[in-house]
Amino acid sequence: MNENLRYSETHEWILVEGDTGTIGISDHAQAELTDIVFAEPPPVGRILVAGDVAAVVESVKAASDIYSPVSGEVIARNGAVEETPALLNTDPFGAGWIYKIRLSNPGELAKLKDPAAYSAQIGA
Amino acid sequence: MVDFAGWEMPVQYSGILAEHKSVREEVGVFDISHMGEFFVGGPGSVAWLDSLLTNNVASLSDGAAQYSLMLNERGGVIDDLIVYRLGAEKFLLVVNASMIEEDAAWLNSHMAGGIEFENASGRFGALAVQGPSAAGIFEKLFGRKMPDERNRILQLGENFVVTTGYTGEAGFEWIMPAGEAVAAWGRCLEAGAKPCGLGARDTLRLEMCYPLNGSDLSPDRTPLEAGLGFFVDLNKPDFVGKSALVAQKGAGVSTRLCALRVTEKAPPIRPHYPVWIGGNPVTETTSGALSPSLGDGIALAYLPSGFSKPGQEVEIEVRGRKFRACVRKKPLYQKET
Repeated sequence: MNENLRYSETHEWILVEGDTGTIGISDHAQAELTDIVFAEPPPVGRILVAGDVAAVVESVKAASDIYSPVSGEVIARNGAVEETPALLNTDPFGAGWIYKIRLSNPGELAKLKDPAAYSAQIGA
Repeated sequence: MVDFAGWEMPVQYSGILAEHKSVREEVGVFDISHMGEFFVGGPGSVAWLDSLLTNNVASLSDGAAQYSLMLNERGGVIDDLIVYRLGAEKFLLVVNASMIEEDAAWLNSHMAGGIEFENASGRFGALAVQGPSAAGIFEKLFGRKMPDERNRILQLGENFVVTTGYTGEAGFEWIMPAGEAVAAWGRCLEAGAKPCGLGARDTLRLEMCYPLNGSDLSPDRTPLEAGLGFFVDLNKPDFVGKSALVAQKGAGVSTRLCALRVTEKAPPIRPHYPVWIGGNPVTETTSGALSPSLGDGIALAYLPSGFSKPGQEVEIEVRGRKFRACVRKKPLYQKET
């Protein structure tokens, strides 16, 4: 598990490098959802406030909103997960990333969980 | 696990896609113990059931089963069920879990002299073994060949094994005393059936366009609107709802339950999504899913009859955006032969 990842309570992860964050869903989240068959990352340029619905992923059975863990502007979207939604299942921390954001308020990161706290939340 | 009519049931074991595929290609087993079982017997039970249900009970031979419907006076669907004829005047009715109490109360409210009625739902468990390899499981379990014919009953004491199902595949449903169900489940798995949950049960039945009561069937929709006229015998002297159906047939059925298939890349379709025709919202989906076999979104929806023919183009609205879809002939999935 990457020690630099931070997690939201709603199972999104963010990896911050400089002022840019890469966002996806946790391995726990993909395992709970199973069989992800649709993903729609946000458009580049969208301004998100922490807690906004940033993306939608759908399994065969249910649709789930993905909430932005931080505020900022979307600067990249992963078209690969739109083409191959199963990447969210097979490589949630790698090829299954959803979007990149330019952080407008890095102070928000302090509210997120480190890997140990997130593991405790999911009972891992 | 989800709550389903008061039963705690798994949506999936290994995953809906894998379970769905194993039923289409090999064999899966579903726990359907939530379904309700009623026994009906006594002199006059044939005539009694024929006065209450849409299909023709008198024409059903001993050891055979038929799909039927229970209607209100307006011709609307209270429940759909399977009628098993166990003997000349001995029947087993298998009804939907969510409707057990209501169905039993309704049948009791129409009680006639000499009829014996037992709601035995609590005493029985049930499994459905479905898929092209189901016959092999049947042979391992019961030491004999599975009947080729659909709707045939093998009765072994209080075990009722019938070549019916809700998936479009070959297979059987096995009703047994509740205390035997856990062992029966284990024997099915040992014999090679893959455990399947409610999720795959829903995608499999939806590909076949089998209606689900409470979603696609309701007290405000008749079997003629739902495309179930085949299971309604309007030549019977009478049954509850018949006059409403005769009137509806005479006036013309104005709404029909249609099968829809999405024709462009779209999110999975879900129940209660708006359906548009020519720029107007006309109805909503009653069921919807991503079809694992077809790879496209599929749905059922009641459309005005003028727009219900295969080839009719519609749009399905998902989160404020519309996606093209088309009315298709039922069933949406057909096995390659």
